[in-house]
Amino acid sequence: MFFGESDTIAAIATAPGNSGISIIRISGEHAVLTADRIFKRKNGTRSLKDEKSHTIHYGYIYDGDEVLDEVLVLLMKGPKSYTAEDTVEIDCHGGMLVTRRILEAVLKAGARLAEPGEFTKRAFLNGRIDLSQAEAVIDVIQSKNEYALKSSVGQLRGSVSKKIKELREAILYEIAFIESALDDPEHISLDGYGEKLKNTVLFVEKELESLIHSASTGKVVSEGIQTVILGKPNAGKSSLMNVLVGEDRAIVTEVAGTTRDILEEHISLQGISLNVIDTAGIHDTEDVVEKIGVSRAMAAAKDADLIIYVVDSSAPLDENDVQIMELIRDRKAIVLLNKNDLPPVVSAKEVEAKSGHKVISISAKEQTGIELLEEEIKNLFYHGAIDFNDQLLITNVRHLHALERSLESMRLVEQSIENQMPEDFYSIDLMNAYENLGRIIGEAVEDDLVNEIFSKFCMGK
Amino acid sequence: MPFVEETYDIIVVGAGHAGCEAALAAARLGFETIMFTVSVDSIALMPCNPNIGGSSKGHLVRELDALGGEMGKNIDKTFIQSKMLNESKGPAVHSLRAQADKQDYTASMRQVLENTEHLTIRQAEVTELLTEPVEPDAELLSEPAKLPSESMKLPSELAEPSLESAGGGKSKLRRVTGVKTISGAVYRGKAVVLATGVYLRAHCVYGDVVQPTGPNGLQAANHLTDSLRENGIELFRFKTGTPARVDRRSIDFSKMEEQRGDQRIVPFSFSTDPESIQKEQVSCWLTYTNEKTHEIIRANLDRSPLFSGAIEGTGPRYCPSIEDKVVKFPEKERHQVFVEPEGLYTNEMYLGGMSSSLPEDVQFAMYRTVPGLEHVKIVRNAYAIEYDCINPRQLDASLEFKRIKGLFSGGQFNGSSGYEEAAVQGFIAGVNAARKLQGKEAVILDRSQAYIGVLIDDLVTKENHEPYRMMTSRAEYRLLLRQDNADLRLRKIGYEIGLVSEEQYRYVLWKEEAIDTEIRRLERATVGAGEAVQGFLAAHQSTLLKSGITLAELIKRPELDYWTLKELDPNRPKLPLDVQEQVNINLKYDGYIRRQKQQVAQFKKLEGRKLPADLDYSTVKSLRQEAVQKLNLYKPLNIGQASRISGVSPADISVLTVFLEHYKSRKQQNQGETV
Repeated sequence: MFFGESDTIAAIATAPGNSGISIIRISGEHAVLTADRIFKRKNGTRSLKDEKSHTIHYGYIYDGDEVLDEVLVLLMKGPKSYTAEDTVEIDCHGGMLVTRRILEAVLKAGARLAEPGEFTKRAFLNGRIDLSQAEAVIDVIQSKNEYALKSSVGQLRGSVSKKIKELREAILYEIAFIESALDDPEHISLDGYGEKLKNTVLFVEKELESLIHSASTGKVVSEGIQTVILGKPNAGKSSLMNVLVGEDRAIVTEVAGTTRDILEEHISLQGISLNVIDTAGIHDTEDVVEKIGVSRAMAAAKDADLIIYVVDSSAPLDENDVQIMELIRDRKAIVLLNKNDLPPVVSAKEVEAKSGHKVISISAKEQTGIELLEEEIKNLFYHGAIDFNDQLLITNVRHLHALERSLESMRLVEQSIENQMPEDFYSIDLMNAYENLGRIIGEAVEDDLVNEIFSKFCMGK
Repeated sequence: MPFVEETYDIIVVGAGHAGCEAALAAARLGFETIMFTVSVDSIALMPCNPNIGGSSKGHLVRELDALGGEMGKNIDKTFIQSKMLNESKGPAVHSLRAQADKQDYTASMRQVLENTEHLTIRQAEVTELLTEPVEPDAELLSEPAKLPSESMKLPSELAEPSLESAGGGKSKLRRVTGVKTISGAVYRGKAVVLATGVYLRAHCVYGDVVQPTGPNGLQAANHLTDSLRENGIELFRFKTGTPARVDRRSIDFSKMEEQRGDQRIVPFSFSTDPESIQKEQVSCWLTYTNEKTHEIIRANLDRSPLFSGAIEGTGPRYCPSIEDKVVKFPEKERHQVFVEPEGLYTNEMYLGGMSSSLPEDVQFAMYRTVPGLEHVKIVRNAYAIEYDCINPRQLDASLEFKRIKGLFSGGQFNGSSGYEEAAVQGFIAGVNAARKLQGKEAVILDRSQAYIGVLIDDLVTKENHEPYRMMTSRAEYRLLLRQDNADLRLRKIGYEIGLVSEEQYRYVLWKEEAIDTEIRRLERATVGAGEAVQGFLAAHQSTLLKSGITLAELIKRPELDYWTLKELDPNRPKLPLDVQEQVNINLKYDGYIRRQKQQVAQFKKLEGRKLPADLDYSTVKSLRQEAVQKLNLYKPLNIGQASRISGVSPADISVLTVFLEHYKSRKQQNQGETV
C-alpha cells in the first residue's frame, strides 16, 4: 500500500532526547487545519488559518482537554516553505514524552506519520530542491527506510509480534471464508455468518484494545531505558525491585531473556519506561558477586542506559563496592544508600566522593525515599542526560497508529454486522484491519488471501 | 517449399472464446482478418462446463459486452437456464450465470463470424511464427507512442536499454511478419494474435491412458511450441481437467434436488431486450458424494496420473479434481455434484464438481456411488489435459509481447483459465492489434475501471503459477466494478474503440444524466415527522423520525430502499429500471462508494506516472538489487504497476518517483539544448 503524495504528514524534526527544544513539523494541504485542531493560543481565539504566513504564535497544545505543553507555533504557507506546501512547526520543550505525545496528538488530528525522507522528497517533487540534490534524496530515502524497517520489526517484542500474527490469522480466515462464499456461493453458504463473525470481531477488538493500552505504556516496543540494578548480596536489590514493581506501579511484562539468561522487568514510572535488568535475577544463590564476579555485572551494565547502584548503608564498604564504584564512575548512574532505617555505617558523602554520583538515601523496606529516586530518574530523562534511541520512539508511534486504525476498522465491521449490511461489506473493513496489522510486523498482503481461500475452503467445479 | 498464399492485416491463431473475440473485433474495425483453427466445427467450443458467467466471470462478460464484444449477445441467444448469483449479498457481488446449449452456442457464434465482413475462417494448423529483427530506434520511430515517454530519447548515460529476454533464444527486439501452416503455406500479416487455448502440445490423460489430443479428441497443435521457443518466448506447462458426461436416461433425478433458473431473467448483454429472453428454462440437479465415493477414490489414488507423476503440469487450485478435494479436505463428508444439461438436443449431462483423471473403471465405480447415479452410463470419460502456455509477464498490459512487436496473445495461452477470462483477453488483444495498425494508443483498462483491467494487470505483473481464474476478491475496488454499471464504466471506451454504436453511446450519456438528476432530487426531497411518514416507517420496522429527513438519507436504512419509498415520494419521475437501480445502489452504499473513490484517486495518481519503456533499472541509483531485477524483468508501464510487483518495496517506489522527476527534467533540459 502506498500513501498519497498530497496528504498531510507529520514527524519530529529534531533529534529527540538531546536538545532543549523539539520541533514537530507538519506539512501538506491540511497542515494548518490539523494544527488548529490541537492548538489554543494563550490570548485570543483566532485560528491559525486566519494568520499571515511566516508568523509565530504562542499557546498550548491540547490532547482533548489535557494541556500537553506550552509551545511556539511557526506558520509557513506554501510555496514559501521547505516542502513548498503549507507547513506548521510546533516548537515544544524537548522532553521525549512531551514530544511524542504532541506528535500523537497531531496524528490523531488527521495527519499521518511521514515516511523516512518524505519531507525532503516532497521538497524535491515540488521543485524546492535543486536537481543536483536529487540523487542524495534518493539515498536518504533508501537508507532511512532500511533502518526504519529493521528497527521497526526488530524492536517488536516477541510476544507482541506473535499476538499480532494470531490476530491477522484470525482476520484473514474470516475474509477468506467470506470471499470463498462469494466466489462459490453454491458450495459455501454465509447463512447466519454475521453472528459467528461478531464473536471473532469482539475478540479481536478486545485484543487490540489491550495492545493499544500496552503500546502507550511501552510494551509493544522495547523502547524503555535499559536499566541495571547493581549491588552486593543483601544490599537490597530485590527489595528495591519489589518496591518499584509494587502494586502502585505497573509491572508490564516479565520475560526471561533468552540470550542473556537474566530476568528483565518492565517498569513504567509515570510514563517513563524502564527495562530493569535485575542482576539479582541471574542467580538463585546468595553469593552472586563472588560467584559470577564483577565481570558479569559489568557485562550487564555495559549495555545499560542507566545504572542503579544499591549500597547497604548498614554494612561497611568492601572491595566489591570499590570495584563497582570504579565501574560506574563515568556512566549514567544513581547511587542508592539503602537501609536508612538501620544505624548507618557508611555515609552519603563517602559514597558520593568515591562514585562521583549523586547519592539518594532510601529504605526499600520502609519504602521511603523512593519518590526521590523517581524524581531523579525523571530529571536525568527530561534533561537529556540519558541517551535514548529516537528511532524506537518513532517506531512505537507508528505501531500505535496502525493498531488504532485496525481497531477502528474492526468497529466498522461490528457496525456493518449490526446494520445487517451484506457480507461482502464486512471484508472491506476486515481487509483494512489486516493490512494495518501487517504494517506493524512488516508483512505485506500480496497473495495471502487467495492462498488462504484455496487452502482452507474447498472450492467448486 | 514455402509459398505465400495470402496477405492479411491481422492473423488470429485459434477460434476458441479468445480467438473469436479477437477476430471479430479486428474485422469489425475494418481490418482484413484471418482466423485459423484446427477444426472449423470447434469454433467457440465449450469443452468443459456448460455455462457462461458465474461469480466475477459474469462481470467480465458484462464488461466485454459494454466494450462491444460478442460473448454476452451469444449467450443471450443460446442460454437454457439463467441465475443471478449472490442476490442476497451486496450489489458488487451479484453475478450472472447462464447454462448454455453448447451446440447452439457454437453454431450461433460461428454464424456471426461467418457473416462478418473482412473476416476469413481457415482450417489449418499454424506451425510457425514468422518474425524479423528490428532495430530499437527504428521501432521507436515507426511505432505510435504508446506512452508519452516512449517516443522521447533517453539521456545518453541511460540510453542502453537492456534487451535480455527471460526465455533465452533470440533476444533482440523482433517484429512479427506472419505465420506458416503445416502445409508450408505462408500468411503475411502486420499483427498476429495467438489464442491457442489448451491445444499446444496437448495431452489428455486418465489413469494410464494418455492421448495426444486436445479436448474432446480434437487434434492438438504440436509444432508451434518449437517456433515460439526459437523466438525467445518462455513457456509453462499447465493442466486442467473436466468431469465425465453421462447419459440423462441413466440418471434417477428423484434422488436429486432440482435447481431451477430465476423467475425473472436478466440478460448478459446491455443490448438485449430483457422481454425478448423471458422463456422456459431447463433445470439442473444437485446431488452429493459420500463416504463410499471417497473410499473408492482413496483406494485408487495410486492409479491417478496426478499422484503417480504422469502429469507434470500445474493445475488450478480453485478447480480441483474430486480426488484433490478428497485428499485436501479429508474432514468433508460430502461434496456437491451439480448435474447440468449440455444442451436441449442432447442427453449428455455434465457432472459439475467431479472432474477427475482416475482410470475409467474407477470413474465408473465412484460415479455410481452418488445418489441418482447408481446406474449411470458414461458417454465421455473425465480427463485431465496438459498444455503449453506462456509466462504472461512477457506481455505488456496491451497484451502485446514486449520483445516481439505486433505479436499479441489472449486466453488460456496466456496462462488463464475459463471461457470468460479468455474472451476478454482475446477482445483486448484483437482491439490492440487493430489499434496498432490504426496508429492509435493501446486500450489498457486499469484496476479501477474493470475486472478486465484487474485480470490483465495480475497476469502481466504477478507471478503466476497456476491457470489464473478471475475471483471477486482480486478486485480491490469491486464496489465500483459492479456488473450493473459495466455500461456506465465502459460504453464510452467501446465507442471510442469503434465497436459501440452511436445509439448505445447516446443512451449511456442520457442514463448518466438521469441517474445524477434523480440522486440530486432525492438529496433535496425531505419528509417531515408527520403521521403518514411515521406510519410508513413503523410498518417497515424502521426507526421513527424526530425531525425532517431527506429521502436520500432514508434509502440508506437497511430495511428501506428506493422502491419501498415510492409511497413517500409523490414527485417521483418515471425512469427505466436500470436507472432506478443505479440510484438505489449509489445512495444506499454512498459511504462505502465514496471511500473507494478516494482510494481510486490515490491509485490513479501512481498509475498516471509513466515509466520509460526501455529504462534499464540498474542505472537507477539506490534501488535494491531485488527491485532492479524484478523491474528489468517486468518493465512496468507506470509507477502503480511497479508497486504491485512482488519484491519492489515502498522505498523503491519512492526512489523511482524521485528518479522519474529527475529524469523528466533532465530530458527537458536535453531537448532544450538540441532545439
